Amino acid sequence: MHKTLKVIALAAAIGISGGIAAQAEQIKVGFAAEPYPPFTSPDASGNWEGWEVEFQKAICAEAKLDCVITPVAWDGIIPALTSKKIDIIIGSMSITEERLKTIDFSDKYYNTPTGVIGPKGVAFEATPEGLSGKTIGVQVSTVHQDYANKYFGENGATVKEYQTQDEANQDLAAGRLDAVQADAIALDAFLKSDQGKECCELKGNVKDDPAILGAGVGIGIRKGEDELKGKLNAAIKAIRENGTYDTFSKAYFDFNIYGE
Amino acid sequence: MTIPPPDETTHAMAFTPEDLPTAASFFQPHRILLMIIFAGIVLSAAWFMRWDWLPQYLPKLGWGIVVTLAMLFSTAFLGFLFAVPLGLVQVTGPWPLKLLASGFCTVIRGTPLLLQLWLLYYGLGSLFPQFPEIRNSFLWPYLRESWPYGVAALTISFAAYEGEVMRGAFAGVPAGELEAGRAFGMSRWTVFRHIWLPRAIHRALPTLNGETVLQLKSTPLVATITVIDVYAVISKVRQDTYLTYEPLLLLALIYMCLTGILVILFRKLENRIPTRGA
Amino acid sequence: MADPAPFINWSLLALSPPGWGGVLLSGLFNSIQIAVGGYSLGLLLGVGGAFGKLYGGPILKDLLECYTTIVRAVPELVLILLLYYAGTDLINQALGLVGLPSVDISGLAAGIFVIGVVQGAYSTEVLRGAIKAVPAGQIEAARAFGMSPVKVMGRITLPAMLPYAIPGLSNLWLIATKDTALLAVVGFSELTLVTRQAAGSTKAYLLFFLAAGALYLALTLVSNVFIGIIERRARRGLVKAA
Repeated sequence: MHKTLKVIALAAAIGISGGIAAQAEQIKVGFAAEPYPPFTSPDASGNWEGWEVEFQKAICAEAKLDCVITPVAWDGIIPALTSKKIDIIIGSMSITEERLKTIDFSDKYYNTPTGVIGPKGVAFEATPEGLSGKTIGVQVSTVHQDYANKYFGENGATVKEYQTQDEANQDLAAGRLDAVQADAIALDAFLKSDQGKECCELKGNVKDDPAILGAGVGIGIRKGEDELKGKLNAAIKAIRENGTYDTFSKAYFDFNIYGE
Repeated sequence: MTIPPPDETTHAMAFTPEDLPTAASFFQPHRILLMIIFAGIVLSAAWFMRWDWLPQYLPKLGWGIVVTLAMLFSTAFLGFLFAVPLGLVQVTGPWPLKLLASGFCTVIRGTPLLLQLWLLYYGLGSLFPQFPEIRNSFLWPYLRESWPYGVAALTISFAAYEGEVMRGAFAGVPAGELEAGRAFGMSRWTVFRHIWLPRAIHRALPTLNGETVLQLKSTPLVATITVIDVYAVISKVRQDTYLTYEPLLLLALIYMCLTGILVILFRKLENRIPTRGA
Repeated sequence: MADPAPFINWSLLALSPPGWGGVLLSGLFNSIQIAVGGYSLGLLLGVGGAFGKLYGGPILKDLLECYTTIVRAVPELVLILLLYYAGTDLINQALGLVGLPSVDISGLAAGIFVIGVVQGAYSTEVLRGAIKAVPAGQIEAARAFGMSPVKVMGRITLPAMLPYAIPGLSNLWLIATKDTALLAVVGFSELTLVTRQAAGSTKAYLLFFLAAGALYLALTLVSNVFIGIIERRARRGLVKAA
């Protein structure tokens, strides 16, 4: 009996110390476990690829961090960060006042406009008047959800919320939605896909509202981890200056994704 | 090769009327102590956790509960209607129908409900608009919504599980009763309508309690296809407030109350229709 | 545009990239891993729970009653979310209280934990029913021989109740394999989630969901073959129930 107990205790001790050792070195990079091209999407061999994966690799190399990518559910990504399931979020998360109450952000690493797409052959504009009476799809817990609720939902549109961007796009293609609001680049990737090419087109970008749409996308960090924040900010600055950022961005975009 | 009947396990997975405590057994010294401790936990949860979001979401929560209950009762009712023929053809039908029915039950019971739901909503649903006939038909406004897919998936699942129960119930009606009916000169149809079907349903009623509670436990899956049930409302609270425990604990409490009310109703019904030992 | 081509592009299921078959199979492997781990953990909890419920003191009995009641009244999906987020957090807070640094709990361990806790309540009930089906005289006879409670459990109660428990436990195994699909909601890469990722990336929704359904069904049917063998072995020497 005593022997068994000892073995169990030993195993537990190894397990715990192994866990601690692993945590001391590794930074778990969280992002949504869903296809979100061109930023993060799984390929057929189970690996993740996209612009944001390149960005994350460059940042981790520059800041000398041992990063492991950890896909999690988007609607639980902030609780996952605060409960230490992940250590940072590199998942196209906009820096907003609302989020800053709960978590901290690095400096921005990209900033793009917000667009609205709809089916071909139906003419409307991406304005509250144009979308009045229509059903518009957004991803939950995004700036687009808040924006659509404020500007379109309160002006006669029905806002339907989806767990993933991909599901919203799918429902637009399936004719269950009249429009989808999201990041202009993510929408562009959908419009360039076979399915998107056939069904849908860009109806325009929405009027900016920095209070809701945020000041660009940053790396999400737990509050109080200022040393890590400093490292990440320095790394963003370094890869911007030494040309790494532009090098991998060119493979994906023909314009400046960083914004002004 | 069929999967073993579910009714033995149903009780292990669902809270049923047998589990209700009796008033006499409830107030024992140690129970009172435990209840005091429990009340302390509840009070400290109410005091130390954040509940300021609650008033704002109450109307939505109420509506969510209505949607959940509507999903539960409509699919249990429809599912039971399908379960009767499913059970019957497995007992007496011609072999192609028998094979089809038992194959249906095996496939539905052998795959996760979540997958079936997504197959219907994203798989089948994305095919429909490719056919102009469907797109222009009167059904399209419904097919555009998400709840019909939720109702369909939950109904199919309930029918498959309860169909297996009905098969046992039909097979279990003593042959002598049916023969007696025939001996009275009843036609096969009359025997079925007046003896076989009522007796089989009577035998299956006790399992309905457990199956219905299990069905309630399956309803939150429809939130993953954008039906706004009580689970979806709580998810919205979680996303809006970034709180994890408070909304989920409240949700667990809501489901416990719903199960409790359901089970007490079943108890009342059982007292009216004596089914046990039938 | 009733072109059926998009959903019968079989090459998407090829085992090596650009086919997604390999990804699906590794998702299936993850699902099986969690099902096996969760089911085993559930059995351990179930044996303890069943004996506690039958032979424990009044307080232990009541606490176990609370456990099984909660799990049997609250949807698995809600329990999985609660346990997934709260479970690991609570462990780390408890460690923090006694001054230990927090541990890193892998997604796999968390998945096994949540499925195990849910399964534990179900198997408590199944095993309790089975133990009650063992004729009391057999257990009394063992006690009369002076066996200790542990010995009675190991030599009499557990082996004698097995034939009664196996149908219920087999059902629970099938439930465990299907419950792993719910982990998709917390972003764990099991079969259902990788299926949705594959479907979303390729837009071949119907094909991938049907393929995953076939994999789950195959798992169920293969399990049934083994369950049949185990049942026949366990029932040797028993009178076949009418």
